[in-house]
This record gives sequence, structure tokens and C-alpha cells, in this order.
Amino acid sequence: MKDPYETLGVKRSASDKEIKDAFKKLARQYHPDLHPGDKEAEGKFKDISAANDLLKDAEKRRRFDAGEIDASGAERPQQRYYRDFADAPHAAQDGFASNEDLEEFLARAFGGGGARSRGGFAAAGQDVNYVLPVGLLDVANGATRTITLPDGKTLQVTIPEGAEDRQMLRLKGQGMPGFGGGPTGDAYVEIHVEPHPFFQRKDDNIHVDVPVTLKEAVLGAQIEVPTINGPVVATVPKGSNTGTTLRLRDRGIRNRKTGQRGHQFISLKVVLPTAEEPDLTAFLETWQPKVQQEPRKEMLR
Amino acid sequence: MTHVDDLLATISTLQRGDIETWIREGLVAPQQEAGTLHFTEMECARVRLICTLHYELEIDAETLPMVLSLVDQLYDTRKRLLSLTAAVAAQDQDVQAAILAALERDDPARQS
Repeated sequence: MKDPYETLGVKRSASDKEIKDAFKKLARQYHPDLHPGDKEAEGKFKDISAANDLLKDAEKRRRFDAGEIDASGAERPQQRYYRDFADAPHAAQDGFASNEDLEEFLARAFGGGGARSRGGFAAAGQDVNYVLPVGLLDVANGATRTITLPDGKTLQVTIPEGAEDRQMLRLKGQGMPGFGGGPTGDAYVEIHVEPHPFFQRKDDNIHVDVPVTLKEAVLGAQIEVPTINGPVVATVPKGSNTGTTLRLRDRGIRNRKTGQRGHQFISLKVVLPTAEEPDLTAFLETWQPKVQQEPRKEMLR
Repeated sequence: MTHVDDLLATISTLQRGDIETWIREGLVAPQQEAGTLHFTEMECARVRLICTLHYELEIDAETLPMVLSLVDQLYDTRKRLLSLTAAVAAQDQDVQAAILAALERDDPARQS
């Protein structure tokens, strides 16, 4: 896709108002429903809308300017316009296949479009849309899925490593076939990342709560913890508590743009023994803490 | 068939009060069935158009009916024009040629 600033014809330093005004001007000029006879209006309006979607959102615009996302992130699937219905198609008769052919006849009659002489009627195929639910580990490591489109066609979809929830993949030429030699439509696959039972993703980082026993927390320990690439050994420092955070460097998700991996953050949760521990109970009964704790002091003020 | 709630869910800018006004003013005409309103695909596309006109192109509520009336007249005229063209296209080549020639005479832009 083209540079969105170029599409809207604004400078990179343009203010929000300048972007909005540029969009309004172009939308008036190219909205397909306001220009039913203009075949190119739809494609132009789609580009204009996508550029506007990207630049009107301050966060997306910042990320685009910083090179974190590219313009294709804003691509939207084709929508059906009012003109698609209001310009009721004429039944094929006497070799005239469609409104397009009638338009061409009109162009011949009234001039203007004379150069567009084509043999017969051709049209691009419909785009198809598909929602693909995937697991967090699939986007963390990349994966391949086979999907079956409504027309029964199967398609191999490669989920790129580091893909984001609601990311749209465009599979060029995998939509419905065109007519009369027209190009095939595209398939748009929207990735929906399903929540993982214990890993949580925040940007490129992975957060996970890991339970540790009282003994591991007090005395410190080497424990095995899960990561998106399988278990690794982590060190619980002596005197850890619930809420103590450990960081595993570069164990997060690889950023698609920078190639850098995020980190995994482990939040420890101290768990008490589940069975009876008479020795522990006996010890606590006689235990005199060196420092008297007042853990609820803040709450009761 | 689509309900008002579906439209509100899919078009994030759409306000309930606005679509109620548009229905009251007859800018969109959903079918009423057992107390609920149903929008055909065509009406959904029309609602999307009205949303673009109103929320993005900032055509105000007072001007909106006039713009839509012009849009409706445009489509109505196109429909007749396309029917007429289809009728012409169904004629023999010499009739078509005569009509094209007559149009050419009538169009000052084409006279050089």
C-alpha cells in the first residue's frame, strides 16, 4: 500500500485538522455512492479511508511514524456500497452482460470513455473474509493453519511470529475468481488470538503468575517455570514474596518489525502447604518474630 | 436480516438517537416485523453511507435529507438511463448507429 501521507496529500507534519480536511475533501470527491458511474472511485476511496484510519488515530500514527507498523496494517476488507444495490443490475440481454457494458455504451454515446474499449465484460472477483481463531502460542512461535473457505476451497495460512490480535492478513488472489478474465479477489484473514490459561501478552512481553511454596520463597530455590518456548530454570531469590517479579530476558514475543524479543515477567505467588504440617504449626506457635509486622496498617488508617 | 443493535455494534460511530431520527424522517426504511426493525443488506449499506456523510463528511442533520434526496434522484435517473440504454442496445446495429449519430449532433462538446 502507498504511503498514507501521500494518499491524503498531506505533509508528514500535518496537524489532525489538516488530515481531517484532506480526508473530507477526497472523500467527497471519491465516495463510490456519490459517484455511481465511476469505476475507479471504489478503489480510490478504499485507499483514502485506510490512510485516514491510520493517521487519525494518534497511537497508530505514532507507531507508523516510528516504523513499528506499516501502512498495510490499516487495510480493510472490501465493503458493499449503497450503489451496489441502488444501481440495480440489468438482466443480461442481447449480449449486454451488465451495467458496466451499458456504461460503456453510454460512454461511446456521450464521449469521455471512448478509450476504454475492451472485448467483452470483465470484473474482479469478490474478496472473501475469514476469521481465524488461534492460540497465543501460535502467534508467539508462528504457525501454519489450513482453513476452508465458504466455497469449499482450502487455504494454507501462515501465521507470522509475533502476529497481533485482530491483525488482518491479506492473501492476494485467494478470493473468488474474476469474470471474463478479471483478476481474482483477495482473501482477508483476521487473526483472533484466544486467551491462554496462564500466559498473558502485553505488547511483546509475556506475563505469568507462578506459584512457589513457602519453603522456596523463604529459602530461595531453583525452580522450573513455563515459557512460550517450553520450561526453563529460574532462580527464586531468598526471601521472595507474593508479588515479587522475576524477569526472563528475551523470553517474550519477537517483534515483527525490530526482530527484538520481549521479556517474560514472572509474578510469584506464595502458596501454603495444602496438607497438615504439624511441625510447621508447632514452630509458628512458639515463633517470636524479630520485627512485629503490621500488614494491614495502611488499610485501617 | 439485521437489527438496530447489530448496526450499532458494527458501525462504531453510529448513535442510537441518530438512527432513530433517520428512521422517523424516512431516510432509511427498515421493515417492521413483530415489533422489531429489520434492515436488508441494501438498507445497511444505506446506513453506512448516511454515517459517512454525517459523521465523516460532517453534513449536518438539517442538510442530510436534502443530500439523500439528491442521491436518490441520481440513482433513479441512472436506473431510467440504464433501462433506456439497454433498450437501445437491443436494437439492430443501424438503429443504434442512428441514435449514436443523433446524440453526437446534439452534444456540443463533441463538435469540433
